[in-house]
Amino acid sequence: MALSKKDMVEMYRRMLLVRYFEEKVDELYGLGKIKGGTHLYAGEEAVAIGACAAIKPDDYITSTHRGHGHCVGKGGDPKLMMAELWGKKTGYCKGKGGSLHIADLSSNNLGANGIVGGGIPIATGAGLSIQMKKSKQVVLCFFGDGASNTGSFHESLNMGGVWKLPVVYICENNLYGMSVPAARACAAQPDIAIRATSYGMPGQVVDGMDVLAVYEAVRKAVDKARKGSGPTLIECKTYRYKGHSKSDPRAYRTREEEAEWQARDAILSFRKKLVEKDVLTEKEAERINNEAYEYIEASARFAEESPYPDVSELLEDVYVD
Amino acid sequence: MREITFQQALIEAMREEMLRDERVFLMGEDVGLYGGAYGASRGLFNEFGPERIRDTAISEAAIVGAGVGAALTGMRPIAEIMYIDFTGIAMDQIANQAAKVRYMFGGKARVPLVIRTSCGSGRSFAAQHSQCLEAWFMHVPGLYVVMPSNPYDAKGLLKTCIRDDNPVIFIEHKMSYKMKGQVPKEEYLIPLGQADVKRSGGDVTVIAISTMVQRALKAAEELAVEGIEVEVIDPRSLVPLDMESICSSVKKTGRVIVVHESVERGGPGAEIATRIMEEAFDYLDAPVKRLSGKNCPMPCSPVLEEAAVPQISDIIGAVKEII
Ligand SMILES: Cc1ncc(C[n+]2csc(CCOP(=O)(O)OP(=O)(O)O)c2C)c(N)n1
Ligand SMILES: [Mg+2]
Repeated sequence: MALSKKDMVEMYRRMLLVRYFEEKVDELYGLGKIKGGTHLYAGEEAVAIGACAAIKPDDYITSTHRGHGHCVGKGGDPKLMMAELWGKKTGYCKGKGGSLHIADLSSNNLGANGIVGGGIPIATGAGLSIQMKKSKQVVLCFFGDGASNTGSFHESLNMGGVWKLPVVYICENNLYGMSVPAARACAAQPDIAIRATSYGMPGQVVDGMDVLAVYEAVRKAVDKARKGSGPTLIECKTYRYKGHSKSDPRAYRTREEEAEWQARDAILSFRKKLVEKDVLTEKEAERINNEAYEYIEASARFAEESPYPDVSELLEDVYVD
Repeated sequence: MREITFQQALIEAMREEMLRDERVFLMGEDVGLYGGAYGASRGLFNEFGPERIRDTAISEAAIVGAGVGAALTGMRPIAEIMYIDFTGIAMDQIANQAAKVRYMFGGKARVPLVIRTSCGSGRSFAAQHSQCLEAWFMHVPGLYVVMPSNPYDAKGLLKTCIRDDNPVIFIEHKMSYKMKGQVPKEEYLIPLGQADVKRSGGDVTVIAISTMVQRALKAAEELAVEGIEVEVIDPRSLVPLDMESICSSVKKTGRVIVVHESVERGGPGAEIATRIMEEAFDYLDAPVKRLSGKNCPMPCSPVLEEAAVPQISDIIGAVKEII
């Protein structure tokens, strides 16, 4: 499946939506309008958008605490995401989950996760379900470099490898788990992908700042998984632009390192490529950019104007009635 | 007396114990240069270095488990689990290993391990970053469970826990870290199993845990204006539990409310209320009342979050109901 021009334009649009969403969220937190924990995906857009472009609407994903990009990648609506962050009734989870738990089950997004590594076994189980139902779907399982040091990672990839489950394990290596460099937290260096050998699956390193490279690698792994030939571990080297959280002084990394990665910005370089390849004119690219910006502004207005849930909803949804 | 924050009190406690005993060390996620997610080890990395203030990978089972192994073999580790919600990942090491090793080995082993962790709602962090799970640990024989409510108690109790030869889970409420309180410069220790009467009064006993202590004190202040005298008791440790202090208050007031943030069902209030019934039934003038978190996961939305846990007005209401 080669990407059409339309596909590529849509990828560009979604990357912009993620970036503007994160910038808006950052601003709203700063203003104290939104509470709660949030982890921004700015800088890493190529991974979620490239990977999700390689699957179909009925394929599944599991996401992470840094999940806004995955949600948009899978077709989520920033309006409903913003409302969820705001704790509003109109949000994806009626305001009960917030940023850490956005799940859009209608697009087969099995949810963000507050527990680092928490989604990896769940993705594995979704893969098991697909295999047992013979439904030909696949699962993309997103997680960070830090998550690769959890027991859940090891247990799940081993299980996925043994059972040849249709899961693509996508490690977003942004060099740090909170303040701890992956170089000091992972015993085997320099790549997390080399661990794939232990789980009987191929491992591959990809430039996570190149959306087409991510797409291509994930597409191949998805084809393989769909054929019943088992899982793949893909490590995308990327970088989070913002601090881990709002209060993070980023003392564990240098401003130079940040500047080096920002110089390779995935959105800017993709835009350049699209114009060079005559997929878009400068003018069209600018229009898409402006529309994405406006859509996020409208999302914030929608969220702000939406009602909070009623207190009577507190005890609803605990059990199936 | 000088005032310091809860966070500084914890830092001082660990610092003093690390200077006193070189076997004491801290390990956990982001406890080093970053200084801990809530700043509770800020500065210690610079003073003690990466050997004794150890950043770990995101590996909760191994953080606690390595703590158990190190404790069994002569060290005195403090293992930080960033949020109590993540203890689920380490639960085998906590409940099956740390807590039971001594008993299983016929009393021949010791596990001088402190697991420091944060709990509680108040920041819209939702269901996996806001829980109060002390009841999980109260149910495991072999563990001590400590929940300080102010800087003074935090420091004195943490020092005691570090010196204790038993595994302890030390639970700090995330809304407490910035709280200020008087803490003497001079060294002091607070024994486990000693409740503190935070305010005395003869009409109703309110037994409050963690941040509920401050709420109970505010409620008591308001009720005093109306002539209702509330006695506020802070157990400080739930295991061991100071039933003597609790019962002597019950003898005085005859009416008791237990207030905690953790969900009601199977919560610490159930245990405390039952113990009161068993040990001071004859002195009760009314059934023991529980005021606790609602039986639901913690929601994100600020309006729901507030409704999920007892507020000052709820405590006032409960006191008026019981008298
Ligand atoms: C089990 C667990 N441990 C610790 C945390 C706290 N925490 C949240 S994000 C994070 C870092 C995760 O690093 P990584 O997996 O590399 O993802 P990144 O944040 O870099 O995207 C930590 C330690 C958590 N949420 N869950
Ligand atoms: Mg990371």
